[in-house]
Formats: sequence, structure tokens, C-alpha cells
Amino acid sequence: MKSGKFWAWVVFALGAAYFFIPLIATVEFSMRMRRGAYSFDAYQIVLGDPRFQATFGYSVLAAIFTIILGVLIVVPAAYWIRLRLPQLRPIVEFITLLPLVIPAIVIVFGYIRMYGSNSPLPFLATDMGTNALLVIGYAMLALPYMYRAVDTGLRTIDVRTLTEAAQILGAGWGTIIGRVILPNVLIAVLSGAFLTFAIVIGEFTMASLLNRPAFGPYLQNVGANRAYEPAALAIIAFAITWGCMSLIQILSRFAPRSANRPN
Amino acid sequence: MAEPFLSIQHVRKSFGATTVVEDFNLDVEPGEFVSFLGPSGCGKTTVLRMVAGFEEPSAGKIVVAGKDITRLKPNQRNVGMVFQAYALFPNLTVAQNIGFGLKVAGMPKADIDRRVAEMLDIIKLPQMADRYPYQLSGGQQQRIALARAIAPKPKLLLLDEPLSALDAKVRVSLREEIRSIQKKLGITTIFVTHDQEEALSISDRIAVMYGGKAEQVGTPFEIYNRPATKFVANFVGTLNVLEGTVTDAASGRVRVNSEEVLLKGKLNGSKSGDTLSLALRPEAISLGRQPGRDSSLSGEISEVHFLGSVIRVRVGIGGSTVSLDTFNSPAAPPPAVGEKAEISFSSSDMLVLH
Repeated sequence: MKSGKFWAWVVFALGAAYFFIPLIATVEFSMRMRRGAYSFDAYQIVLGDPRFQATFGYSVLAAIFTIILGVLIVVPAAYWIRLRLPQLRPIVEFITLLPLVIPAIVIVFGYIRMYGSNSPLPFLATDMGTNALLVIGYAMLALPYMYRAVDTGLRTIDVRTLTEAAQILGAGWGTIIGRVILPNVLIAVLSGAFLTFAIVIGEFTMASLLNRPAFGPYLQNVGANRAYEPAALAIIAFAITWGCMSLIQILSRFAPRSANRPN
Repeated sequence: MAEPFLSIQHVRKSFGATTVVEDFNLDVEPGEFVSFLGPSGCGKTTVLRMVAGFEEPSAGKIVVAGKDITRLKPNQRNVGMVFQAYALFPNLTVAQNIGFGLKVAGMPKADIDRRVAEMLDIIKLPQMADRYPYQLSGGQQQRIALARAIAPKPKLLLLDEPLSALDAKVRVSLREEIRSIQKKLGITTIFVTHDQEEALSISDRIAVMYGGKAEQVGTPFEIYNRPATKFVANFVGTLNVLEGTVTDAASGRVRVNSEEVLLKGKLNGSKSGDTLSLALRPEAISLGRQPGRDSSLSGEISEVHFLGSVIRVRVGIGGSTVSLDTFNSPAAPPPAVGEKAEISFSSSDMLVLH
């Protein structure tokens, strides 16, 4: 074996160990609830806990609404910027990166000030309003990922020519976006959707400060008061995230291939 | 003269301070095949895009079948278009691509299927209905794009350099196919190209464009044999350009190198002593004196290229070089470089460039 290949394998093994050892340790610890034997007791307790089901269900619902809101905002915006306003792309990219720079706690305090019961837009006056505000906040947090995913998808197709080809065949904007653009960037949109899902499921700050019964605050609460269950929860959350990532990989195989490959 | 089917009247297009199309006028008869020919940046695609509705003219109007369509949106014009990059929808099959415009128009499914099958027969790809664009060659994709454009029976067909992305052999066969389909359907067609051979071979008329203007509009024969401007003469075909001085304007005598050529009726108001650019197509020139050729010039052979069936010869005349082709004859060896030579031509074939 060539020495270069040997060292490549060593580096790979070290990287894999760095990643897998804590994971294996967490799995192992989560299964030691029963004295002297490995068991799935911690998982049974967690999955059987009504608060787990309620908070997880709440976060899944919030994630679905966040994805819908994100797609409705990002797809037309990214499409229009590519088609008609390419000069605005750097500015929009900068704006979409802001959620990575501004801490969620700053944003949520801003929300509380702006949308309190006495404000002109009193989102926080009702539970539904607060839920809506949380979804809006999540859509904003997921913006860097959703925008990049969709923009990358749009880059793989000739947006302008496909739009013009559809227009000259009589299509209006709804048909163009629904039948031509969206199906060709669907995999990118789904990638953004799964990343959004992974972010929303584990989000703590916004849900906690807006006092919503979400999965993130539940994870923190269990982690602070129990021994084995937090490890089981961490593994479950990890499995959900990895499940989402795997789905992105699987779906990307079904992406429509470009028609514009050279002859 | 019958009412033109497409009338482009005094159209101008500016992007900011840059004017890309200036006072463009063209009338196209029903069923006519007109090519816009010109170098990159001459405005030919911009005119086509204005006819399609993708660009709005800064001034002027566009009339199709008596209706002013200048301000109509592209999806309201009933115009078909084929793009250079094919622009097939990657997520749809060939049949779905061809049927796209019909579905948008709300045609019943059975009628769409019938029309798609008819289109596939016309483009001779009946077995490709269920394929996806990525499974087709460039030539096949462009034929599908053509079928998709003509399926909704548009009033006008626009072809924006549809052959540019294809290899040479496919280009020739596809251009013949496009012309034959166009003739069969009788659809009025505008074809944009920068390839003169393409334009000359398939057009009823050609609009040669330069600097945002139509330099000349005419049949391929007129454009090639009677170019109206220096640009048209240089751009279309190969041209030998010689400098000449008018020695006697009244009788049409012009001195080229040290010999005189008689150009009666071609001097267009030039005065004695004026310098002129004279042009000759290679096929109008013969090596040596030939019967029926009233003019000749002497020079020296500077290059000889044996190309099989023809021999390309370059003859230096004064400060200019004249290129001509002669047929290969096994009985006669090719001329040698450095030999003195005489070229002959008919003065009626000589063009005076203004």
C-alpha cells in the first residue's frame, strides 16, 4: 500500500473515531438504566412520556408550517432575483445570512418588544398569535439554509430560458413556477425543508422565551432533571436529524437531469 | 402588394444610454422564411426578442396579421419560438414537452395526444414520446423543441440560432429539415443566425444587420451578388477587394495596379481621380485569359493549396492578393508559386463598394 493511501486511512479513522466515540458512549450510557444489564428502558420512558409526545407533535407541526412559509417566501424571491434582479443577489444573500450573525435571543427580545399586547401588531396577546410569531421566527432562523438550497437548485437550471420557453407557449406566472421551475428545483426545496425541520425540532431559545410547549425546551428540562433519559433523547434527536439528511441524499437521486448537457 | 403578415415598423431599442436597434423596418409576407444575419451584437436577437415580447421596443410598433402586438405579453401573442439552448423542460417527457402549450391552452387530453403524435411524425421521432430530454442527443432535443414550438399552431415561428450548439453534420441535416417542415406547414418564420451559409441556403429573404440597423434586405441571390453596402459585401461570402483609381469617369475607366478596367454604369457619381474599393467573388475569376471575360489583370502566384477536387490559388496584384479556385485536372499540374499569372473576369461581375 502506498504511504499516501495509508495516511489517508489513518486520518479517516481518527476523524471517524472523533465522531463516533462520543455517539457510541451516549448510546451505551442511555442503555444502562437497568442495573447490571443493557436495556431500552430510558427510551421506553421517554417515548411513553406524554410531554414528549405533546412537545414533539407541537414542534413537528411548527416545522411543517415553517417549511410552508419558508417555501412560499424563498422560492418566488430566489426565482425572481435570478430572473429579473440579479444585481440584488449580493444584498439578498447578505440579508439571508443575518440570522447566523444575530443571536436568536436578541431577535426574540426584539419580537417581545415589537409584538407585545400593547403594540399595533399584538401577536403575543393570544396563543395562536404567539404560535404564528414562533413560526415566523423559525422561518427567519432557517432562511440561510432554505435560501442557499433553493438558490443552488436554481443555479442548475437555465431559469431565464425555461421561463421564456414556458411564456411563449402561453403559460402565466403560476404555471411557470408550479409546472416548470418548482419541479426542477424540488430536490433543492426538499433539502431546505429537511434542514428547516432539523433546526426547528431542536430549537430552544425562541420557544422557551415565547413560552411555547416545544421539543427544545422539553429536551432542556429533561436534561436538567434526569440521568439516562437525556442521553436517550439526544440519540432520538440525532436519529431524526440523520433521517432527514438521509432523505435528502435519497431524494437527490431523483432530481431531473439537466437537458442542456452538451451533445 | 398584399398586406404583410408581420410588419416591424421603425422599431428602436435602447438599454440605458446604449441603442442596440435603430429604426428597424421589415415587412414579412405570409409563409415567408426570413433570416436575420449579422455578427454578434448587431441587434438581430434583440429584434427577435421584441417580436416574441421578451423585450419592449423603446419606439416603433410590431404588427402581426393586422393586429398591433407591441405591448402584448409573450403568452398572449400566439408565437412559437425555438431557443439556441433547446430549453426543453427537464422534468417532462418528450410528449409532455410537446403537449405543454396545448395543455396550457386547455385542449382536451385526447386532442393533445393526437397532436403530439402528429408532431412526432413530422419530426421523424415517433418512438421518443416517453424519453426525457437528457436521454436525447442535441439534434433530437432541438427537433423536439421545434415540435413543441409548432404544436399549438402559432401564427409566427421564431428561431433564435437554433443550430449553433450542434455539430456541423447535424446542423446541415437539421436546417434542411426545418426548411422542409416550414414549407409543409406554410408558417411565417424568422430565423436568427450569424452563419451566412445557413442563411443563404434556407431563406426566402435575408435581412443583413449591422450596428442595430438592417443594412440590406433581399433574396439570398441579391444579397450575395448585389450587396448594397461594403459591410454586406464583406460579411456575406468571400470577397477579393482591390483598390482602383477612376481615370475617366465618363467612360467608366478605372485603373487597377497598372491596368485598366471598364466599369460602365457602376461608378455612381465618382469623379476622375477618385479612389474606389472594387470587389470580386472568387468564383468570378479565372486563371489565364478565358473566352467571354472582358477584363484581365497581371500578377504573380503567391500561394497554391491543393484541396483535392479544387486548387485554391492566391495571386498577388500590386499590393493586394486575389483568391480564386480552379478545378483539379489530372492532365494539368497545379501552377507553381512565383509564376507570372494573368487573371480574367467579366467587368459586370466586379462590385464597386460604397
